[in-house]
Amino acid sequence: MPKVKPHRTSPSLDMTPMVDLAFLLVTFFMLISKFAPEEVLVVDTPSATTEIKAPDANVITISIGNDERVFFGVDDKATKLRLIDKISEKYGVGFTQPEKDVFASLASFGVPISQLKSYLALKPEDQKKVNQPGIPIDSARNELGDWVQLARYSNPQSIVAIKGDQTAGYPVAGRVIEILQDKNVNRFNLVTDMEVKPVIK
Amino acid sequence: MAEIQQSGGDEGGKKRAKKGSTKVDMTPMVDLGFLLLTFFVMTTTLAKPQIMEINMPVKPKNEVEQNELKASNAFTVLLGADNRIFYYRGLHQPNVGAIPTVEESNWSANGIRKTVLEATRANPNLVVLIKADETSSYKNLVDILDEMAITSTQKYAIVELDNADATLLRNAEKGGAQ
Repeated sequence: MPKVKPHRTSPSLDMTPMVDLAFLLVTFFMLISKFAPEEVLVVDTPSATTEIKAPDANVITISIGNDERVFFGVDDKATKLRLIDKISEKYGVGFTQPEKDVFASLASFGVPISQLKSYLALKPEDQKKVNQPGIPIDSARNELGDWVQLARYSNPQSIVAIKGDQTAGYPVAGRVIEILQDKNVNRFNLVTDMEVKPVIK
Repeated sequence: MAEIQQSGGDEGGKKRAKKGSTKVDMTPMVDLGFLLLTFFVMTTTLAKPQIMEINMPVKPKNEVEQNELKASNAFTVLLGADNRIFYYRGLHQPNVGAIPTVEESNWSANGIRKTVLEATRANPNLVVLIKADETSSYKNLVDILDEMAITSTQKYAIVELDNADATLLRNAEKGGAQ
């Protein structure tokens, strides 16, 4: 009687569907991902139960760091180019085209206008090393108000968002809100983290 | 595709012209594919930040335009140092001589939330005045605005802390420490 040979199955496995799916996912994530711009100022936002998502475009972000420095950022490139022209007109600081291009690529910045030209002239790696003092908000040199106002003129659809750090003191935040009110920006947003909404009985 | 190449099994046969296999080893490509997949999955931030909408009143051009708030409809929240929170009902008018009793509250569900909720239920016309002191933090401001959203309080305003209220707050802070 011959031995019963166990049927040998090939160990090879068709992985085509899996690989197909993997590449599909790669494509999906490559298309969907938008790289977060490098944050010059690290902000740890407080949490709140709000469920409104931040808008995609046309946002003017005012960041308040835990060291109470105020940074300003505009997300749209075309707006930034118009903004820098308006700023140079108002403050009488001339910017060259390369400097304007550098400005258009900045996510946010915190240098007074007097130092802006020299800051923009730096190489990108040197820009990171610069300790940015923040945008002046005092009433004598209210540059933030001008930035907000001119950015709104550059793009009337833009909305203002305040991204404050948890540990930032109220005076700075209150001052920023006051500046916004002065510039007739009475509707603005506060960027927050997610928190579970409690049940109200 | 990406399969284990089997060798052997053909030994002992006739020597024939070796046929080039049509199969290409795709293992490196698949490796790279998964590497990219992992990278993009990890770097993508699908979650957009949350925002809280605030509408501030338009700054009145002159005093005449301002509406007088009735004392019975006022409820003031004072934000102090070290995450402390105080509240009082009614208006504080030192010239009239009415000094409200300031009570301390806390950030828990039974703290300011309950107080505000009960007060707004009792009087739907209630206006909550939020007055933050210089010593308070931005987090407290967001927290109290969030409490307003949680309790669905319709009328609230961020008001500047004047000297009279600051004195009231200082006394309350000292009184609580005893």
